[in-house]
Amino acid sequence: MDRFEYIDARLFDGENYLKRDKNVKIYDGDDKTQFVDGEVVLTSHRILWGKPGDIPKGNVCLSLYLYYVFCIEEESGGVFGFGGPKRIILHLGPALPGKRPGPAVVSLYHYIKLSFKDGVDAVFYKALSDAVAKKEWESPTQLTSLTILSPNTSPRPSITPVNSKIRSGIVGIERSIEEQHRATDESINVAFKDLTKLMEKAKEMVSISKNISSKIREKQGDISEDDTVRFKSYLMSLGIDDPVTRDAFRSDSDYYMNLALQISDMMVAVLIDCGGIMSLADVWCRVNRARGLELVSPEDLLNACKLLERVDAPMSLRKFPSGACVLQLNSHQDEEVAKSTSELLEEVGNLTPVKLSQLANVSVLLARERLFTTERLGLACRDESIEGLAFYPNLFLDNMT
Amino acid sequence: MAEVVWPWQYNFPPFFTIQPHAETRAKQLEAWQQLIAIYLKSNKQSTMDIREASNSPLFNNTSINRKLSPESILTILEDMAKSGKAAPVDKSKNVWEIYWHSLDEWGNMIYNWANINGMNNTVCTLFELREGENSVGEEFHGLDMNVLIKALKSLEMKGKCELMEFDDNQGVKFF
Repeated sequence: MDRFEYIDARLFDGENYLKRDKNVKIYDGDDKTQFVDGEVVLTSHRILWGKPGDIPKGNVCLSLYLYYVFCIEEESGGVFGFGGPKRIILHLGPALPGKRPGPAVVSLYHYIKLSFKDGVDAVFYKALSDAVAKKEWESPTQLTSLTILSPNTSPRPSITPVNSKIRSGIVGIERSIEEQHRATDESINVAFKDLTKLMEKAKEMVSISKNISSKIREKQGDISEDDTVRFKSYLMSLGIDDPVTRDAFRSDSDYYMNLALQISDMMVAVLIDCGGIMSLADVWCRVNRARGLELVSPEDLLNACKLLERVDAPMSLRKFPSGACVLQLNSHQDEEVAKSTSELLEEVGNLTPVKLSQLANVSVLLARERLFTTERLGLACRDESIEGLAFYPNLFLDNMT
Repeated sequence: MAEVVWPWQYNFPPFFTIQPHAETRAKQLEAWQQLIAIYLKSNKQSTMDIREASNSPLFNNTSINRKLSPESILTILEDMAKSGKAAPVDKSKNVWEIYWHSLDEWGNMIYNWANINGMNNTVCTLFELREGENSVGEEFHGLDMNVLIKALKSLEMKGKCELMEFDDNQGVKFF
């Protein structure tokens, strides 16, 4: 019953009158309702129900969209079944949002019955099932002249259905899913089209940046030395002219080998800047930033880094006992790290990983590893307290008093 | 309670964390053992309950807000037990006897004292040993009864004395 809505008895654009019948009672499921002895009008889109005479006058009546109906059946009348079927059962889909108010807000039932006092007219039943099967509301509305049931009322602008795309039943759901798929497909295509364009532009970008740098070199007088230097450093950290890509190689091992070479080339300067050691996550970011658009996956990077020793790179991949992976310059040995850290400890008194990370300009993770390394070599000792982990100069071994 | 001269380590926060580095750890445990012995000696205390000990000033330095955890205390005591300076009293290793001298040392000390005081071949009660006027000023004066008996038993094993039971008291005869 909650699928019904109140509406003026008027036909929409493209809606056609099909059939009418009298003395019709509506049941909400199995329950009787106040809507008895009315007149039913079947159109290509809806079923209208009104008190006798209301519909021709265009007064407010009950309207049920046929798209709610997904199944129709006849109910045989009486216990003995004589006199032919008296009721039609309409099984309905769930009420859709945007529905106009109707006689009921909620209903226990997902079906209604139309009870015909004089028995179901076979012609009416056929027209109803045809209309439901035809789904005329799905075809684009044709511009037909406004049909008005009542001759007394003047023509008014038509009211288009609230939601002309609303569908019901399993077919409706399937169709809407299909439509969604198509839409996603399209948007993916569009997105990738953009990306390919961007890739094409990348080459231009590199040449533009080269241009700029050469122009800066020419105009050194106008721009301060500082700016030039800074801009150059940006460019340096930005560009790999010809990134090693997987497509260019036949086998993975070749690819990793070349990737390793490229990484070692570009990371040397960066590592020296950062104190000789950098976590693999940071390396990955730096490498990908330099590559621009030909990004490498973390796995490829890891595989390439494992090969760094094979290509005689000045750095190597190192895994700390804690599991942290870093790229470390070969010149950057544990002893030296420990020594510099312990000197820092003497200077400051005590260090937490966070404090060291700020002082030495490395990530907290690496600072932690540094402190552990220093401890392993007996140059620091730890202090675990509620305030966290801190390290002190190893006075146990130094103070032999 | 006697004042203890705290070693420098006592105000060094890492002292309250058992160090993972082997060499450092050895130094640290050594320092702790010395401190425990000094502390208990000055308090004439021979037993320690780990559950309570972590609140005593020995393991709890409020001035630097550091505390040795019960697990760490156990580590130290177990290390002490290896060198015979401590022994667990109960099976759950909560209560420990700490010997700031080893039992042998205690025994020898008492025997020497008995010799000097001409008590050979005489019987004296344990009460006399612990509380008597003669032993005032000796290290074993006021020593824990259990520790005293253990020390005397170790002496007995060497045949230097004999423990004997009176009605309600215990005595010892030195040879």
